[in-house]
Amino acid sequence: MTDTEYTNIEDTGLGKKAGGPVEWLDDRLGLAGMAKKNLRKVFPEHWSFMLGEVALWSFVVLLLTGVFLTFWFQPSMNETVYNGPYNPLHGLTMSQAYASTLDISFSVRGGLLIRQIHHWAAMLFVAAMMLHMLRVFFTGAYRKPREINWLIGVGLLSMGLVEGFAGYSLPDDLLSGTGLRFVDGLLRSIPLVGSYLESFMFGGEYPGDVIIPRLYMAHILLVPALLLGLIGAHMLLLVYHKHTQWPGPGRTEKNVVGYPMLPVYAAKAGGFFFVVFGFTALMGAILQVNPIWAYGPYNPSEVTAGSQPDWYMGFSEGAIRLMPNWESTIFGFTWSWNIFIPGVGAMGLLFTALGAWPFIESWITGDKREHHLLERPRNAPVRTALGVAGMTAFAVLWIGGGNDIIATKFHLNIYTITKTLRIGLFVFPVIAFMVTKRICVGLQRQDANSILHGYETGVIERTPSGAFSERHAPLPAEIQYTITTHDRLPMLEAPAEADKNGVAAPHSRAAKLRARARKFYYHGAVDKPTVEDVHHAEEHLGEIAGHPVELGDDFQGVSETGVPRVH
Amino acid sequence: MSTKDNGVAITEPVKDPGLPEHLPRPTDVDPAQARRSERQISAMFGIATVLLLAFCVAYFAIDRSETFLGFSASNFTLGATLGGALLLMGVGIIQWAKKLMGDHEIIEMRHAVASSDEDRAAVLEDLNTGINESGFGRRPMIRNSLLGAMGFLALPAVVMLRDLGPLPHDEDKTVWKKGMRVVNDVSGTPIKPSDLEVGSLVNAEPAIMYETDADGQPVLEGTALLQAKSKAAVIMVRMRPEDITPSKGRENWGIDGILCYSKICTHVGCPISLYEQQTHHVLCPCHQSTFDLADNGKVIFGPAHRPLPQLPLAVDSEGYIVAVSDFPEIVAPSYPRLAHDQKKLDEKS
Ligand code: HEM
Ligand code: FES
Repeated sequence: MTDTEYTNIEDTGLGKKAGGPVEWLDDRLGLAGMAKKNLRKVFPEHWSFMLGEVALWSFVVLLLTGVFLTFWFQPSMNETVYNGPYNPLHGLTMSQAYASTLDISFSVRGGLLIRQIHHWAAMLFVAAMMLHMLRVFFTGAYRKPREINWLIGVGLLSMGLVEGFAGYSLPDDLLSGTGLRFVDGLLRSIPLVGSYLESFMFGGEYPGDVIIPRLYMAHILLVPALLLGLIGAHMLLLVYHKHTQWPGPGRTEKNVVGYPMLPVYAAKAGGFFFVVFGFTALMGAILQVNPIWAYGPYNPSEVTAGSQPDWYMGFSEGAIRLMPNWESTIFGFTWSWNIFIPGVGAMGLLFTALGAWPFIESWITGDKREHHLLERPRNAPVRTALGVAGMTAFAVLWIGGGNDIIATKFHLNIYTITKTLRIGLFVFPVIAFMVTKRICVGLQRQDANSILHGYETGVIERTPSGAFSERHAPLPAEIQYTITTHDRLPMLEAPAEADKNGVAAPHSRAAKLRARARKFYYHGAVDKPTVEDVHHAEEHLGEIAGHPVELGDDFQGVSETGVPRVH
Repeated sequence: MSTKDNGVAITEPVKDPGLPEHLPRPTDVDPAQARRSERQISAMFGIATVLLLAFCVAYFAIDRSETFLGFSASNFTLGATLGGALLLMGVGIIQWAKKLMGDHEIIEMRHAVASSDEDRAAVLEDLNTGINESGFGRRPMIRNSLLGAMGFLALPAVVMLRDLGPLPHDEDKTVWKKGMRVVNDVSGTPIKPSDLEVGSLVNAEPAIMYETDADGQPVLEGTALLQAKSKAAVIMVRMRPEDITPSKGRENWGIDGILCYSKICTHVGCPISLYEQQTHHVLCPCHQSTFDLADNGKVIFGPAHRPLPQLPLAVDSEGYIVAVSDFPEIVAPSYPRLAHDQKKLDEKS
């Protein structure tokens, strides 16, 4: 147990023999060259880098629990009469899909647990993907050379939604059937070809008897295979590009600082898998999710009040609920805008905007350089504000998806909620944009000030003439460096980049649009101080505005009573 | 040092102070601390093992019907033991990495992602050589005919999907027919006007859903029954006749204040359910479209566009409520040819 008895691995019998298998494998695979680079690969650390890991591990939990479910689940819409242990449904005619899900819940020991873990993990998977995407967005981690990985991420998110929706539809209970009815209406709303799509997808008139077997195929083969492939590519690119890092002392665009893959990162990440699995297992133990036995088998003429999709479909549901009831007849055909625009259009818009953003941004800024240092959200005020505006729109739609629940819980009028949200969808994001931008610019100004004037120590000094002033002290060099690593603002006056790379003629429409976009993008942002600014502050602001004065290394700020704290 | 767009060099105000020096952890300097951490972490793994054994015992020992604090006892115990064990293992491993494994940060240099100019030139040259040797550019006929064939390869793939389902048909029809009784959807019994009081609502279906053929087999069952239900389900309400404002031609579609409407929302097809007798409004629980049953099923609010189709009623010789015809308007969610089909229906009547 003690360190004195410890021998290094290469000196033990096992360690001496380990060379054998390594040699054997390398003779056949020749992977030592690659392993050499990767076993001690560096991964920088930050809490926000864990979000992607949560998504990855919850996907693994989904694979494990999903395989378990397939042992008992029967993807069939053939009817059967239930005579299992759940008495309230005894003697009822239902599909085999529903009956087998009841069996998993009541007859298979641990089956309910696996179902619940699977469902919680599905919700966690999508949540983690979204948060991870927000992290990447707000830190500018998608910039060159990582645009392709961003696109892969957008693909993963969309596939994740499809996968979750397909899974939700499998048990063929009243709620999942209601979800399918919605898909049916959505397909029908697609201009010109809607009825054909409906008939081909459902194998005839809704509900038909093939949709569950078909969704099952998608849910356990097609979409997981796509997800797996995309995740593989995502990870490969991550390793290849090396992870981005936060700026800080010694951390530059040219290096990456952190713990080596073996052992620390592998242990932390591997341990984290158990944490995610354990966490979802505990949720499965104590939090009921999707109690399909309470809803009953699907019946197209019944519905439960308060029907809700899983949370990640909430925004789509909200868009459907908030949309005015537009429908028109053009060329003798019916065009159901009321369903098509929010159903197909909202999703399409979301994913198109996400996919296009990195390219739009680099077109606006003209920035074609590689970036490996993350950007603090405040230093890209317009990007950050656009992100928050997008989140606000998402939130408005999401709340709209639960308007009935809000109405009953808070005793509000449902029509008022809906009308407010309809307006809010356009107004709140604009407000969010303006407020966020102001906050970012304020923080930038504060950063610049703290470089020029240091921070307020709370030490009040009295001059011989009786005036009071607060002593300022310089921030530690590491912090000063960290908050001044970002790029300076470009010059806006000249329609700069166009002539440089000679692409767009300076006065073309595109160039003008771009100049305007650039102005919008950089408007109001505060630049970091230059050396001259700092000298200027030192020379002229000394006494008046409290230029930082060294207080000595042991100064630790002041206590509430104004006494300097020394360690 | 960085430059502005105009090429003027600017010196950054703060120099990179370099990586901060590495500070030892308590476990690095104090062997007692290290040993304590070691014991704690192994204890976590030990407890995890016990929990996993407990999982197996619980699997066999706990009856599935037992409950505990309102939970299924089996589900709770299995989940708690498994989840607890996994969490302990995860936390233990992470603690091990944090407290005891080497914690020196190391630096790796990045390399530009782009390959060297020579490599690029070489690749381009290889590509060009390959293309030239193939004669891809020199023999456009081969090239174009191959590209053509490739394009047509998509055809079989698309054509093969044709048998996914039949062509759409009968979207404008339901199983309702002239003289078919309106029956209670729970018991299947026919309904007389006197069974309905003012203010009441019954969920009903066409009688065919409960009929059997000569061999005693249901006429409609399985998928066919579900398909019929998803279009033909109705609600029947009774209100004071003076409250009703029938539009032209609908004056005698009801019986003494009894009206019958499609139960399938014209938005995306949820069965509507929430009826308010005072206002005669019925609300769809899915997206809250609201229809006024006293006013021809008109849309009052929400994303649905078309009014709820109304089924014209009459009373048969035995005094039971029957349909006068199928719905004169198309039920269920809209579809592209709806306008066209509706026009044909209108012309027929
Ligand atoms: C990758 C993401 C996945 C997501 C988001 C997902 C989501 C879901 C959801 C929401 C359900 C409904 C569960 C319930 O009602 O309790 C479900 C059911 C199911 N899933 Fe998945 N799943 C995923 C992967 C998988 C995989 C990889 C498999 C199998 C290889 C699988 C097999 C099943 C089965 C058999 C069911 C139906 C049985 C039941 O509900 O008890 N799933 N899935
Ligand atoms: S289905 Fe009735 S409002 Fe949408």
